[in-house]
Amino acid sequence: MEMKFARRFMRTAAVAVLASTAFGATVRAETITVVSGAVGNAVENFKAYVKPWEEKTGNTVTLVPMPASTTDQFGQYRLWLAAGNSDIDIYQTDVIWAPQLANHFVDLTEAAKDLIPQEFPSIVQSQTVGGKLVALPLFTDAPALYYRKDLLEKYNVAVPKTWTELAAAAKTIQDGERAAGNADFWGFVWQGNAYEGLTCDALEWVKSYGGGQIVEPDGTISINNPKAVAALEEAKSWVGTISPPGVLAYQEEEARGVWQAGNAAFMRNWPYAYTLGNGADSAIAGKFDVTTLPIGAEGDSSAATLGGWNLAVSKYSKHQDAAISLALWLAGPEVQKMRALNESNLPTLKALYDDPDIAAKQPIIPQWKNVFLNAVPRPSAPTLSHYNEVSAKFWSAVHDTLSGNGSAADNLANLEADLMDIKGDNNWQ
Amino acid sequence: MTTTSLEHGKDRGASLQQQRARAAFWFLAPMLVALFCVAAWPLLRTIYFSFTNTSLDNLYGGHLIGFGNYLRWRTMPSGAVRYYGTLVDPDWWNAVWNTVRFAIVSVSFETVLGMIVALVLNAEFKGRGLVRAAILIPWAIPTIVSAKMWAWMLNDQYGIINDLAVKLHLLDHKLAWTASTDTAMIAVLIVDIWKTTPFMALLCLAGLQMIPRDIYEATKIDGINPIRVFFKVTLPLVRPALMVAVIFRMLDALRIFDLVYVLTPNSSATKTMSVISRENMFDFAHFAYGAAQSTLLFTMLAIFVLLFVWIGKVDLTGETNR
Repeated sequence: MEMKFARRFMRTAAVAVLASTAFGATVRAETITVVSGAVGNAVENFKAYVKPWEEKTGNTVTLVPMPASTTDQFGQYRLWLAAGNSDIDIYQTDVIWAPQLANHFVDLTEAAKDLIPQEFPSIVQSQTVGGKLVALPLFTDAPALYYRKDLLEKYNVAVPKTWTELAAAAKTIQDGERAAGNADFWGFVWQGNAYEGLTCDALEWVKSYGGGQIVEPDGTISINNPKAVAALEEAKSWVGTISPPGVLAYQEEEARGVWQAGNAAFMRNWPYAYTLGNGADSAIAGKFDVTTLPIGAEGDSSAATLGGWNLAVSKYSKHQDAAISLALWLAGPEVQKMRALNESNLPTLKALYDDPDIAAKQPIIPQWKNVFLNAVPRPSAPTLSHYNEVSAKFWSAVHDTLSGNGSAADNLANLEADLMDIKGDNNWQ
Repeated sequence: MTTTSLEHGKDRGASLQQQRARAAFWFLAPMLVALFCVAAWPLLRTIYFSFTNTSLDNLYGGHLIGFGNYLRWRTMPSGAVRYYGTLVDPDWWNAVWNTVRFAIVSVSFETVLGMIVALVLNAEFKGRGLVRAAILIPWAIPTIVSAKMWAWMLNDQYGIINDLAVKLHLLDHKLAWTASTDTAMIAVLIVDIWKTTPFMALLCLAGLQMIPRDIYEATKIDGINPIRVFFKVTLPLVRPALMVAVIFRMLDALRIFDLVYVLTPNSSATKTMSVISRENMFDFAHFAYGAAQSTLLFTMLAIFVLLFVWIGKVDLTGETNR
């Protein structure tokens, strides 16, 4: 009796297996999983970007949204990749990750041979490790100083050129707006939380004061110098005066929250905030403009940290061909143009900077071409696999300084000693 | 019935005691196997990793290096000796201090508040069942959700707590609770106490309900005042249950991770041992160094439990009650 049942079960199972293979052979629909940090309307926009590809190939795409903090994303991705996780096919990677994660991704040089000549060479270079193209550039990023042109006009202040001018202008507007009844108004919001974003903000202060870029391209540790100390002292003086004390816990979205509610005169943020600030639910639509970040003193030059996101195909993916096809679609000109129009993301393809639609709808983009071409890279190239630790030490030293935990000079001297330990005797090897 | 069937089995010669022990072993075996797989093996692996130079990028390529992750030194060309390793890492000792401070303060508050809540719930009143269920809500909410919820409530610009406190004149200006190094730990403590007091109350309540009612009737007849009754009757009788509850909470508090990670990420004022160990393992890829910190955390927990059981004469086996 039991034997009979078992035999019947086996027969049914065999038929089912055969049926499914036959079915699979004709349709072969695959599900590609993409993991990406999500800010603003990223999730809804993403669905629109992949739809044409899904219709063309019959495959489906699932987006796994991650926290906006790049530090949190990196920790999770490193864990998945170290474990050889095959659930994720495509990772959206930060510009600084390529040297640290190169071994886990597929070489895209061959697949992207038509796309590469259309890209800015410096961006392709940042994603190439030892001759291997680790990730396809999706969009690039360089921050801007957002300012409220209505308020600058109202208080008759010029667009600030130096950090000192910025502080003075912020103070004037903040005092005026508070006297007019808005007790929650602040002069300047930025990203002060202890995470990768603070490394970006602080690198801009230090660099625009002529204080170097933490670790120079040849591997020298340059951070302990009087100009860097002056830059951090300046930033510290903002906390609690022109910037809310809570700025020390702000990331991009918290800063944008205060700014977009109309409660700040200036904001340091990435171009994505441009579209969102002009959105229908924004209190400041049409009332703001952007400029380059201020400088330390006359003769210094403005510094913007080079950001940007890329798409990498996991070596452990079970659908590599489909994943590469999707990555090429998402990094291609159609989607980059959609991204530029919808999210004011800066394209990585040269031709799109002359695109009339983009120039009409997102004037910030053609205007920003030179800013990102001259942007400062974070020291991820010279510090190799130690970049994360270097960045964490740097943002901790800055965060300590800003929150009054030790002086800028002491904290940078300690930072220098810590970095020398990490660097070791073999120049970061 | 079990004994008869066993007696007729092939082990007829063995004594009843032996047969029972053998049966017990087979009943326990699945649990022992499961415990070995989910607890002992990962623990042993972690301890092993802490003596190697494994990095996250090459999990199977590490080799044994002895105590280097804990402490090693190098003589500089100048003749000075430099020490490296977890045991001389100021970040680690800062984390230890944060964790210990957090555990002592949070568990003290939770014990006192939990006891008070339990005493209230132990009294007979209308709707007691409903209140008992309602008070468990904070405990039932996943930590990640409650941490995020509190992060918004504590926000310096739009948080309801600042808004209420300023309107009621408890604060003269809005505080950046999670950002400022002075208040970050207080914020973590508030959320943890809010979340865990119900758990403590539940354990205390279970202890209170084991106290025979006739003792209270006797004190009532003797006319002893309620405060004296609490300290002379209730507290001594509930003590064994309370001690076990405190151990549970202490172990939980010493390994706190999720709340700190979500509420105040990367703040040196609140980083705990678990947070810093994860940071080294995954963010910095120093897998072995992080494993050494995990091993130290485990050692501290083990020493703590042994000391607590020994000094407090806590009966974890429950044999004396029988």
